[in-house]
Amino acid sequence: MQFFKYLIRRLLETIPVLIVISLLVFLMIHLIPGDPAVVMLGGRATPQALENLRVEMGFKDPLYIQYFHFLKNLFSLNLGNSIYYHVPVFELISSRLGVTLNLIVYTALIAIVLTVPLAIYSADHRNQAGDQIIRVLGLVGICAPGFWLAILLMLAFSIKIPIFPVGGYSSGFLNVVKSLFLPALTLSFGMIAILVRSLRSSLIDVLKTDYVAFARVKGISKARLMVRHVLRSGLISTVTLLGVNLSWLVGGTLAVEKVFALPGIGVLMIDSISSRDYPVVQGVTLVFALLVVLINILTDLSYSVLDPRVSLE
Amino acid sequence: MLRTSFAKEPKTHRVFRRLQMPWNLVAACIILIPVLIIAIFPGWFTHQNPTDFNYDAILSSPSAAHIFGTDSFGRDIFTRVLYATHLDLEIGVFCVLFPFIFGSTMGVLAGYFGGWFDSLIMRILDIVVAFPFFVLILAIMAILGPGMINMFIAVSIVGWVSYARLTRSEVLVSKKMEYVQAAQILGYSKPRILFKHVLPNVITPAIVFVVSDIVLCILLGSSLSFLGLGVQPPTPEWGAMISDGQSFLSQAWWISTFPGLAILLVGIGFSLLGDSLVDLFRLN
Repeated sequence: MQFFKYLIRRLLETIPVLIVISLLVFLMIHLIPGDPAVVMLGGRATPQALENLRVEMGFKDPLYIQYFHFLKNLFSLNLGNSIYYHVPVFELISSRLGVTLNLIVYTALIAIVLTVPLAIYSADHRNQAGDQIIRVLGLVGICAPGFWLAILLMLAFSIKIPIFPVGGYSSGFLNVVKSLFLPALTLSFGMIAILVRSLRSSLIDVLKTDYVAFARVKGISKARLMVRHVLRSGLISTVTLLGVNLSWLVGGTLAVEKVFALPGIGVLMIDSISSRDYPVVQGVTLVFALLVVLINILTDLSYSVLDPRVSLE
Repeated sequence: MLRTSFAKEPKTHRVFRRLQMPWNLVAACIILIPVLIIAIFPGWFTHQNPTDFNYDAILSSPSAAHIFGTDSFGRDIFTRVLYATHLDLEIGVFCVLFPFIFGSTMGVLAGYFGGWFDSLIMRILDIVVAFPFFVLILAIMAILGPGMINMFIAVSIVGWVSYARLTRSEVLVSKKMEYVQAAQILGYSKPRILFKHVLPNVITPAIVFVVSDIVLCILLGSSLSFLGLGVQPPTPEWGAMISDGQSFLSQAWWISTFPGLAILLVGIGFSLLGDSLVDLFRLN
């Protein structure tokens, strides 16, 4: 019950944020220097075509009325029509959102699966050779550009040793797992680097506490000690960091999607920027912002699951 | 307790222990000093021109004549990587400079004066943080159009909030300290207290953040150029070169590989410098 109360309060808190997000996304098109109709259709558009677009987009109304219409349309999931593809923006985004979401979840899974053992090993073998190697690799993971790693991995595992497809995306669970593996692995590198650093230092702190010393004296096995006692309390700060990183990932998939030619919303955004298809750019920006809001809520909720001491009040 | 076993240690260890060698600072200098020299004088290390086409040496693999190979126009990759250093460092520095100055000033003012100005800054901060960083930059670039100047503008609009938050929280702590109260009692003017007393005491974390922010900005700048929104061809830039190479990946791995290594190396250099500054100022 307390959980649901908190959830509702947390959702109510996001309303002002959502209003501001919608306002900024709405204003995007009006902040373009010059006449937005000319910018979108190009200099060679006929006056008739320009006029039609102005009427279609409602540019002739006062701004507040345009915003009101924009909000009204949002509630009926109408994001306008794409100027380039001539289909509703909502359709374009909903057909591609799955790819990006799958990629984000896949990346997070790989990151979690690899972070935990690496951090435990590092904390357990502090300042020894293995720990140092993991730290140097972490530095590389943070400093290497994702799109470059993507190209290197593609070179190694799609071209030289053809295990994975060079790019593209096909449906079906196994195909998805296979075609998204290299993109997800690329994206997880930087994340693992940051997460291992954080988890390692919190594990080291936990290892110094009295209760761990007591558990050791009791003679429980090392694996049980690590998983049941140390890991659980060390994970909390890492979950926060995972949340922060996931919201970074929401935009971070763009360049990697581009390298692997994945039909996600990141590539959609880049292509729409080049073709000056502003309704689509607006729609994708809105979806990305909503994803971040959602991830932030989930991160907050996950504290309570991991640490019963965290009060939801 | 005094250590009495010094004599058993090798002599070099003893010297370094005495000097308290900050190892990451040494490593950072070993990387960054040559990088700086290359950025300022790329012509010292190569005799070729970064934008000259050479149709006799198209896509030639690394060799004595072209140690990093050539691209699809026969341009020497080594020369282009060297000449791009200046631009990529410039991107890193300029993308940090304005956010640092503006953000820190706003943070100090908000933290010191509080009230409506503080609330305003904090609300703007909340809004900027609600958007994914890279998407917000792209959205601003979509409005302004591609190009390097617009890239600086976009990064500045988004980047200053981190500095504002950082200095604001430092000011909140230090404005309750005795030296500030003493200055107030002495009747110093507010600008004097703020800029001569508070600012020098709160700016260190922001300066340290600048160094790690440079890494992020170089990565960001090269990503935008990779996507065709930042530096425009034929100007050599690492991200744009990696993008060039992707089309020829199966024939010429070297076009994308070497510029990426350059980004990685410079990134590691600045990261180590940042870490050593954290140690030096005993932050964290």
